Amino acid sequence: MMKIPDNIYFYGTCLVDLLYPKAGMAAMELIKAAGVNVIFPKQQSCCGQPAFNSGYRSEALKVARSQLACFPKNIPIVVPSGSCGGMIRHHWPELFAGEADEKQAQEVAARVFELTEFLVDILKIKLEDLGEPVKVAVHTSCSARREMGVADKIQSLLAQLDKVEILEQQNKAECCGFGGTFSVKQGDISGAMVTDKSNAIAATGADLLVGQDCGCLMNIGGALEKNGHPQGVMHIAEFLKERIGE
Amino acid sequence: MSSPLQQFEQFEQRIHNALDNPQVRKNFRHAMSGLMGKRALSFPDADELSELRTQDRLIRANALLKLPQLLEKLEANLIANGIQVHWAENAEQANNIALDILQSHDAKTVVKGKSMVSEEVEMNHFLEQHDVTVTESDLGEFIIQLAGEAPSHIVMPAVHKNRKEIARLFHEKFPHIPYTEDVDQLTLSARQIMRERFEQADAGITGVNFMVAETGTLCLVENEGNGRMCSTVPPLHIAITGIEKVVEKLSDVPPLLSILARSATGQLITTYFNMISSPRKEGEKDGPKEVHLILLDNGRSHVRMDEELLETLRCIRCGACMNHCPVYVQVGGHAYGTVYPGPIGTVLEPQLLGLDKIGALTSACTMCGACAEVCPVRIPLPKLINRLRSEAVEGKHGVSGLRGQGSLRKNKESVIWNFWQWLYSSPAIYGLFLKLATRLRFLTPPWLGPWTRYRTAPKPAAKSLHDMVASEGFDNE
Amino acid sequence: MNSARENILTRLRQKNITDSGEVPLFVPSYNWSGEEKIEKFSQHIQAVHAEVHRCNKQNWLKTLATVCKEKELSRLLLSLQTEIGKEVQTNPIESIELLQYEQNAEQWKQDFFSDITAGLTTTKGAIAETGSVMLWPTVQEPRLISLVPPIHIAILDAENLYDTFAQAVQEQGWVDEMPTNALLISGPSKTADIEQVLAYGVHGPKELVVIIRD
Repeated sequence: MMKIPDNIYFYGTCLVDLLYPKAGMAAMELIKAAGVNVIFPKQQSCCGQPAFNSGYRSEALKVARSQLACFPKNIPIVVPSGSCGGMIRHHWPELFAGEADEKQAQEVAARVFELTEFLVDILKIKLEDLGEPVKVAVHTSCSARREMGVADKIQSLLAQLDKVEILEQQNKAECCGFGGTFSVKQGDISGAMVTDKSNAIAATGADLLVGQDCGCLMNIGGALEKNGHPQGVMHIAEFLKERIGE
Repeated sequence: MSSPLQQFEQFEQRIHNALDNPQVRKNFRHAMSGLMGKRALSFPDADELSELRTQDRLIRANALLKLPQLLEKLEANLIANGIQVHWAENAEQANNIALDILQSHDAKTVVKGKSMVSEEVEMNHFLEQHDVTVTESDLGEFIIQLAGEAPSHIVMPAVHKNRKEIARLFHEKFPHIPYTEDVDQLTLSARQIMRERFEQADAGITGVNFMVAETGTLCLVENEGNGRMCSTVPPLHIAITGIEKVVEKLSDVPPLLSILARSATGQLITTYFNMISSPRKEGEKDGPKEVHLILLDNGRSHVRMDEELLETLRCIRCGACMNHCPVYVQVGGHAYGTVYPGPIGTVLEPQLLGLDKIGALTSACTMCGACAEVCPVRIPLPKLINRLRSEAVEGKHGVSGLRGQGSLRKNKESVIWNFWQWLYSSPAIYGLFLKLATRLRFLTPPWLGPWTRYRTAPKPAAKSLHDMVASEGFDNE
Repeated sequence: MNSARENILTRLRQKNITDSGEVPLFVPSYNWSGEEKIEKFSQHIQAVHAEVHRCNKQNWLKTLATVCKEKELSRLLLSLQTEIGKEVQTNPIESIELLQYEQNAEQWKQDFFSDITAGLTTTKGAIAETGSVMLWPTVQEPRLISLVPPIHIAILDAENLYDTFAQAVQEQGWVDEMPTNALLISGPSKTADIEQVLAYGVHGPKELVVIIRD
């Protein structure tokens, strides 16, 4: 395992940037508090996944290419999302295959960490729970689970919080139905899936849903709200920050 | 002649029919949960499973690499064993070959073992049109034949029906048998009905699970015994399968068999594993006097032309992908409208039929990866779906054997992606967009089409992360 | 005009092929003892409603007689030319009529399908890992004996029990000459096509009895 780096790049993701900036902020603060200097590349925008998954690879490539300049130094890149992390780590090599900057893209891809993976494996973060007892359900996105393999990382972070009780929903490994543009392109199938998912989460009686991916949280959170369920959603970074009392 | 884009409307219609049917959705949820659970129990050791999947991937990949030589070797050995071999480029040829064989033997009644390839070429329909009576002998196929429906799953064809529906169907078609919902009773009725048909049939038609080039052997898996009946009792046996189903060596078979039943239904092994290497030999007292094999191409040789897409052909038709697919469980098999549904159907059918005909299937996927996680031969299904999406909107004609490249490109959509790319690839423009979106967040409409049908609408934050970082003292390079 | 065969092979040959490359042999082994193999075999095949009886080569006929009595069998179809067939013939079981498969199947299909309650066969061996018996039907023991009668009685010699199918295929040298029909039978016939509820006795035998001679 790598030793704790002095510096890292933080790649917020386009969704966090526009819709959930507090989650991005919380993540950066957690890392900073552990003694790591966090660099936020100003020209960051998007990893290109929305276009890539829609089949528009040349547009995806143009955007992804513009992002290469964000990461000149050979230091880790931390991403608060399994989906975007997975896109850069696993799909940038595919997207840039045969291109002149293929090597550079591969090199960047190799430096990517999903946030919870970075906190657990590299920072070996120690957490003290100062909050009130709370019951949470946990949603790990499909990309966090299957592409980045970090389902156990969020579990291990929450396990450190002794006043947090984890309640498990039925079919917890099943997709929430977000799938990016799928939620619009196949809106009714997506709706059926997120309805099942949000009902399962509500049925646990948890107070809150925490997760690693804001896309899924936005999806499930919106459905919980629409169906009158009391559970709110929170990104793991924000939740951890709250629990350790900062 | 409908335009390629019209397939989206037709697909949408089928999806709506499926989503609006609570009984079917309930049946599928129940069935798929059960199958997933059973499969998980049958693979208690993760390392062993991983090793087996790697071996099976290798076996199938090896066979595809050497496909033309192996098919020639297979043919030579089958013929040396006394099995007759026919090649069909398409459905029409396959059906005509089958009919010719039947007619030359004056065969009027056929009992059939389950074969997805025969569904692919619509063999039953063709034979019936030519005065041949075909009875499906597998219980699931028997049920849907009675109902006049197509299979909704490649392993469990009647999975969309519950026992009440089946009981009603039996009573309707066989009024002399008293109405019952008891599964054992229904099964007994099917046994009694089929007994006579097996005994009297002029010919049996089956599929094939694996063909062994080394020994000239046809392998069939089944639980009911109907496959053995069809391939042993009638004097004539016709087997039909896809050209990709060959394996090089006899020793390739046990690892494939080991993973097939467990992946499909969670069984350790199917009740019967039948390995046929010749027709009735001199002195033998039963078995068909003639055995014929029809090798079907129907687009597979085109699939094989593409290095990446040929991975599709490793498939051993276990059905695990659709059992684990979160989309399939919601809409069921019929919504796909194709012979092969679910993830494998989404990858195979646009390659066989053309992106211009059925490329829309690729939109019914969230790229969750549950399918690839369970595929016994490690087909990277989401990666192939993504590739097909790209071929559908960006693809240029002439790439490999695909048809319909670029046929699903919509002007509106490409304008949007062009705009998106312009917006996100320029930091200055993106920065401006962020400022506008956050300052004008109060303008976000509460209704956003399909999104807000099921969820409340999200709203841009008051300050973007870029904004917050600028004021919070983080290095801003 | 090219034949379908030529067209198909031509298209397949268009793609660059490498002829070399071997798939490594995969024969997982568990090194189970004789007793372990019998235990595992029995456990698996009994889980799918087969019956297992243990005996030895000296007293197996008594076991067979017990089985026939329990099932109230009156007619038993078997080959009288195999070793076990000859033994049965010289030690007839009370009130059991022994039938030989004398004619070709088509000559007595009707009787065969309706009148015979039980078929008795030898086995080529069995597989412990999956609970399967292996049959190589022969001129003496035709294929339908183990398929048509509602009860199939299979005689298994314990020394022919293998850990895995891969092992059996390798050690018995199947690749040298495959029979007309090689079979793995792993229980009585069944289906789960109706609501995934298991039902036994579909088109193959309703009952499978395995007599293991140790």
